[in-house]
Amino acid sequence: MPAMATIIDNLATFPRQTRATVATIDWARLAVPEARRLRELGFDEGADVEVLHRARFGTGPVACRIGRMTVALRRTVAAAISVSKR
Amino acid sequence: MHAAPLVALVGNPNAGKSALFNALTGARQKVGNYPGVTVERHSGRLALDDGRPVELVDLPGTYSLDPASADERVTRDVVTGRGKFERAPDALVVVVDAANLDNHLRFALQLIALGRPVVVALNMVDLAERDGLTLDPAILSRELGVPVVPTVAVRKRGLDDLRAALTDLVGRHAVTAPAEVEEDMVVLQRRARTIAQRAVVNETPGRRWGHALDAVALHPLFGPLLLLALLFVMFQAVFAWSEAPIGWIEEGFTALEAFVSGLLPDGFFRSLITDGLIAGVGAVIVFLPQILILFLFILVLEASGYMVRAAFLMDRMMARVGLSGRAFIPLLSSFACAVPGIMATRTIDDEKDRLTTILIAPLMTCSARLPVYTIIIGAFIPDRTVGGWVGLQGLVLFGLYVLGILGAFVAALALRRTVTKGASSGFMMEMPKYQWPQWRDVTLGLWSRVEIFLKRAGTTIALTTVILWALLSYPKPPEGSPVSQVDYSVAGRIANGLEVIVRPIGFNRDITLALIPAMAAREVAVAAIGTVYAIDDPEAEGGQKAITENLRDRWSLPTALAFLMWFVFAPQCISTIAVTRRETNGWKWPAFMVGYLFAAAYIMAGITYWLAVALGL
Repeated sequence: MPAMATIIDNLATFPRQTRATVATIDWARLAVPEARRLRELGFDEGADVEVLHRARFGTGPVACRIGRMTVALRRTVAAAISVSKR
Repeated sequence: MHAAPLVALVGNPNAGKSALFNALTGARQKVGNYPGVTVERHSGRLALDDGRPVELVDLPGTYSLDPASADERVTRDVVTGRGKFERAPDALVVVVDAANLDNHLRFALQLIALGRPVVVALNMVDLAERDGLTLDPAILSRELGVPVVPTVAVRKRGLDDLRAALTDLVGRHAVTAPAEVEEDMVVLQRRARTIAQRAVVNETPGRRWGHALDAVALHPLFGPLLLLALLFVMFQAVFAWSEAPIGWIEEGFTALEAFVSGLLPDGFFRSLITDGLIAGVGAVIVFLPQILILFLFILVLEASGYMVRAAFLMDRMMARVGLSGRAFIPLLSSFACAVPGIMATRTIDDEKDRLTTILIAPLMTCSARLPVYTIIIGAFIPDRTVGGWVGLQGLVLFGLYVLGILGAFVAALALRRTVTKGASSGFMMEMPKYQWPQWRDVTLGLWSRVEIFLKRAGTTIALTTVILWALLSYPKPPEGSPVSQVDYSVAGRIANGLEVIVRPIGFNRDITLALIPAMAAREVAVAAIGTVYAIDDPEAEGGQKAITENLRDRWSLPTALAFLMWFVFAPQCISTIAVTRRETNGWKWPAFMVGYLFAAAYIMAGITYWLAVALGL
């Protein structure tokens, strides 16, 4: 689809309150229990996500919506989740 | 006789299992709106429609049967019938949040695949509707191959249907042999998502008032300010709202003392009851209103869903000392009491993280310290306002709480670099939807506090006080002796002997007398001081007024400040030590905890005393 450029970004920097789709998750960057918890919370390719809030600028966790649930993540984890705009 | 069939309530965290458990069995298990309220197995009785009794167990919430933390291990062990729970459940009630089927159905699919009789409780259908989501239980039931019952546990809706479904299930043998259990989380997740989509009849974008609230509660600037303001108001309220009820209790005890004095002749029994029981226990019961106000705030925070928001805001600060925002929830609960706080650390995945949190939990000012703080603040800090509306006494109390928190942060930092060294763990947590607190649950929570407090006052505190009274009253000094009753008594002699150790940090005989029995329960320190002065100053009228006046006469300001500082740090409660032993499986960590806290208390009280003296206070 040449008319609609797909923006690839990650959840740590993606604009707030914009619906996105999880493109890939860089599992290798995550600790094993962290990766498992992330899967348990429903993060995988194709999931419908949206950044809702970020704690203080730069560092601190990110609150995002996944499906109908809100999840808090550390920014380092959010950075491992690549998303594209819906 | 065979034991009653076992039915387990299983599901994701915060799906409403405990609320359903309470509704079905009439139990009063703690419920709250954050993941990880239940950390152990609770069991209750339920009669099926045909009269058969079943044992219903409520379990900690978990996302899968592959446990990450101590509480989730309990669930895995019960569901699979391994470990110390050898009996596998005869049926499962899988509790799912109707508004969050995508996620909850994945675990439900895993549980159904175990092959045991299952009924799905489609809980919180009212909240799903509020979110604009209409579901068809019949479609869901067909897709899952098990009965589905819509419920609203907190409003007791759907309970009859659930009981009927259980009556039908219990006693049946496993329908299917455990088929190939799908292990791949991603495959299960996709299947769950497809089923969830099929079950949705109508989906309109619901009101998103939760997001509007979060826009403030999680705002980079306003969020932390709101948290600080909430805590601040909480401590102001502890003083401001409690004045009147404390006055009533005071009057009650003064009247009781006068009544008993008039009834009994002067002598052993009169002294035991007025100086021992009424002066001691009364001095403690007076603080019930303050403790209840503190609990009211904590219960409302827990029930509303704000707790996880607070954890979110605190994560960055907690990360700096090597912990995660998750640890903030047990720590905030420790403001009420460190015992449930330490148990709540079971939800922390990382062992080192959990141990650190256990070790610093006693630094969070628990409600038992409130009487000690209040009485000293009442005696030495003037009751006036600063800047027009902020009470100075409330401000000092807030300061003591902040000091405990800072102490905990410093301790965590030190511990994480030495004895609990390890990689920093992450923070990943589901944030619950906001809910209005169920006033019934809040009232029950407060009522159970009243029961616990009065029971403690009637047993531990009364007993310790009476023993102390006896040790303070005998032997009697000979007629005309210049030595006072207290100094001549057994306890007085012991205290005078031990005073050498605490004299350098400004403590006097009375404090030494108060500290030892306070190991049983912190409030006893106040009861002990009450008893000492009742015996030493028999002419004075009873109650808090007498204690306050005696304190002002006998203690210097530096001594009082040092005493407050001691209580910020000292490990003064046997129950906390016992629960630490249980949760860490041995004496090593409780011994370490007691050692480091005593050292900190001694040093900090000393520094306070020396500084205050040097400043000429």
